[in-house]
Amino acid sequence: MIEFWTRFARNKGAVFGLVVLVGVIALAAFAHMLFPQSPWRMTGAPFQPPGAQPGHWLGTDTLGRDIAAGIAHGARVSILVGLVSTAVAVGIGVIAGAVAGYFGGLIDTAVMRFTEFFQTIPSVVLAIVLVAILQPSIESIIIAIAIVSWPPVARLVRGEFLTLRTREFVEAARVIGQSDTRIILTQILPNSLSPVIVTASLMVATAILLESAIAFLGLGDRNMMSWGYMIGAARTVIREAWWMSFFPGFAIFITVLAINLVGEGLNDALNPRLARQGRQ
Amino acid sequence: MTDRDARLLSIQDLTVALPAAAERAHAVENISFDLSHGEILCVVGESGSGKSVTAQAVMGLLPATLKPTSGKILFGDEDMLKLSESRLRRIRGERISMIFQEPMTALNPLMRVGDQISEMLQFHGMGSRRRRQARVLELLEAVQLPDPPAMMTAYPFQLSGGQRQRVMIAMALALDPAILIADEPTTALDVTTQAEVLGLIKALQAERAMGVMFITHDFGVVAEIADRVAVMQHGRTVEIGAAQEVLNHPKADYTQRLIAAVPGLTPPEALPFTEREPIFEARALEKIYRSSRGFFRGKREVVAAKDVSFVIRAGETLGLVGESGSGKTTVGRCVVRLVDSDSGELLFSGQDIAALKGNALLPMRRNVQMVFQDPYASLNPRRKVAKIIAEGPRAQGVPRREAMDRAFELLELVGLGRSAGERYPHEFSGGQRQRIGIARALALRPKLLVADEPVSALDVSVQAQVLDLLDELRRKLDLSMLFITHDLRVAAQVCDSIAVMRLGEIVEYGPTGKVFADPQHAYTRQLLDAIPGKGWRGPQQAA
Repeated sequence: MIEFWTRFARNKGAVFGLVVLVGVIALAAFAHMLFPQSPWRMTGAPFQPPGAQPGHWLGTDTLGRDIAAGIAHGARVSILVGLVSTAVAVGIGVIAGAVAGYFGGLIDTAVMRFTEFFQTIPSVVLAIVLVAILQPSIESIIIAIAIVSWPPVARLVRGEFLTLRTREFVEAARVIGQSDTRIILTQILPNSLSPVIVTASLMVATAILLESAIAFLGLGDRNMMSWGYMIGAARTVIREAWWMSFFPGFAIFITVLAINLVGEGLNDALNPRLARQGRQ
Repeated sequence: MTDRDARLLSIQDLTVALPAAAERAHAVENISFDLSHGEILCVVGESGSGKSVTAQAVMGLLPATLKPTSGKILFGDEDMLKLSESRLRRIRGERISMIFQEPMTALNPLMRVGDQISEMLQFHGMGSRRRRQARVLELLEAVQLPDPPAMMTAYPFQLSGGQRQRVMIAMALALDPAILIADEPTTALDVTTQAEVLGLIKALQAERAMGVMFITHDFGVVAEIADRVAVMQHGRTVEIGAAQEVLNHPKADYTQRLIAAVPGLTPPEALPFTEREPIFEARALEKIYRSSRGFFRGKREVVAAKDVSFVIRAGETLGLVGESGSGKTTVGRCVVRLVDSDSGELLFSGQDIAALKGNALLPMRRNVQMVFQDPYASLNPRRKVAKIIAEGPRAQGVPRREAMDRAFELLELVGLGRSAGERYPHEFSGGQRQRIGIARALALRPKLLVADEPVSALDVSVQAQVLDLLDELRRKLDLSMLFITHDLRVAAQVCDSIAVMRLGEIVEYGPTGKVFADPQHAYTRQLLDAIPGKGWRGPQQAA
């Protein structure tokens, strides 16, 4: 574990990303204490630029809602959607990939053709259609994002299983009579998790972007403030009031960047042999 | 001893530092030796002894993390350690050239063989295309490749391992170098091919009066070709001397131990196994691998086992011997039912296990177990050793406590001690891991053990220990063994009877002593003739 952290800490960008990410998570966790009032509530005059009014240091939007409160509460949605949808996608992907890679043959062909079916449809379009069909809510957004993002995980896990199942320790497990389920769970899966963890960390970033896109188009959850929604609502006044779309946009940018940096750091720490040489 | 003028290369007090995190401070430390015109110097040592680093230092090919800290490598009157990269490039290939262990990866797969040799001639200033062509042809002839004009236009994948190694040698000789450095050039080759390549290197060396620095771990090879020998251990030279002297009257402790660990070619006393009941029998076993070669060509068929029949009696060790591609591993895998055979019977105590499926296999799994070849790949890196060993009994329904107790007992039995159980596989050396693999196989109290090249990945001294352990265990537990190996020395030491396989068929089958003393089949004779250093009987007999 100590070794893991020293390798992670060698990548300065990853440490920066981790600090930012911890900050965003803290903001989401303490949003109700920092901004006890609902972010939907009109608390000041509309169209106030940052710093013009005390208490609204990031300004107010077209209806007089506090931007800072929106960003803090929006962080909740982003983190929630990012984590939960990624967890669901990784779950589906690992099961599909493990079954395909371990059993091979017809099962492999069937599962992989099914996976390709999802990969050939543009993911944003599919996600929007799914949300529209399921009625916009936080649950339907999570389901839609999970459904469009599991195929790469399935492919990755399948590849890992294909190489690992021919390794001698897996053959040894077959010779001593372990059941297929046990071999998958105790022998192969623990050895294939490193790349999955790295991919998952990057998928969180994609999920946050996707959620913002859905909310921007007005398909977000009507009860929860979201960064995407804030940009969508401010786009008509972008020339008069830059701050309304700039701050939520910057929040998305810095969060996604941070997660990507952390993902890269995880990659270096978990696959030390594959880590790029020149970065010492 | 060496004539001053005949001296080609002189390594003086060479020390190469390892990075700070490594297990010892220096890859090689204060080594000194000379290489003369027309001699073959064998540098022998086990893995990690620094023999390859020495070769890399001479070629100026040390990895960036290794830095020479003191000493000189004098070639003529130039110190190779101080030369500029451009001067080194001139010397490499032209004056000193090298052949590598892996003929499969040392050639560019996308370039015709002739062009690869020609490219080297061009780089070193041979301008005319026609002259290059002629030279390439001449070289391919010199290394005794069949049909040299056709070879020139062949791609590496169309060549066998031995042929590729010949191409590498042709390339190394292209510019008539004064020194040839060979880093384990025959380790990846089959024994008959190895014999041919060794003969070739020796003949070419004599013809051109080159100095050859031959790096190897195999004392058989040393006995075959060396004029002088340098024995290395932990980055130091422990003994340097004339080959006959070192091989037959080793002075250093370490050399004596290494040579003692080389299995002799004297088979064990034949035991009266014919009286005991057969425990396992294979009858007319067949297995053919079929793979498609794309849309327009038919399927490729590889016969891995054809009409393979043998009997293993209680307490007997049967050796399955053959070169790569002979099907010996496939037969072993069929016996433990990792691979399904196409037809034939596999009788364990009279019951046919060839067609058992699913849960019906479980009782058979208890009786027939396997020890794998690669100690680094055969243990799950994320599980503790005791758990790995206990997995077998657990899968057979033994309660956890009992299985774990048995695992710790087994660790003692294989000589690792109980404390080993709480550690992870990466904390152990290759030989120790192989002991863990053996303990895992024994955890189910099997009657038949299939050992697939269990010592071929190990250094010779470790190999001897593991073979001793296997021998002790089979006597103690009355195990029968199917011992798969390519190494006839190992087979002679451990097997009661031997089946020689070639292209999926058993060509000769009989008691070990008889097969070695009076081989019937031409292929067996060829194999026995090819054993490196077969004339050398070790210091005991020579004294």
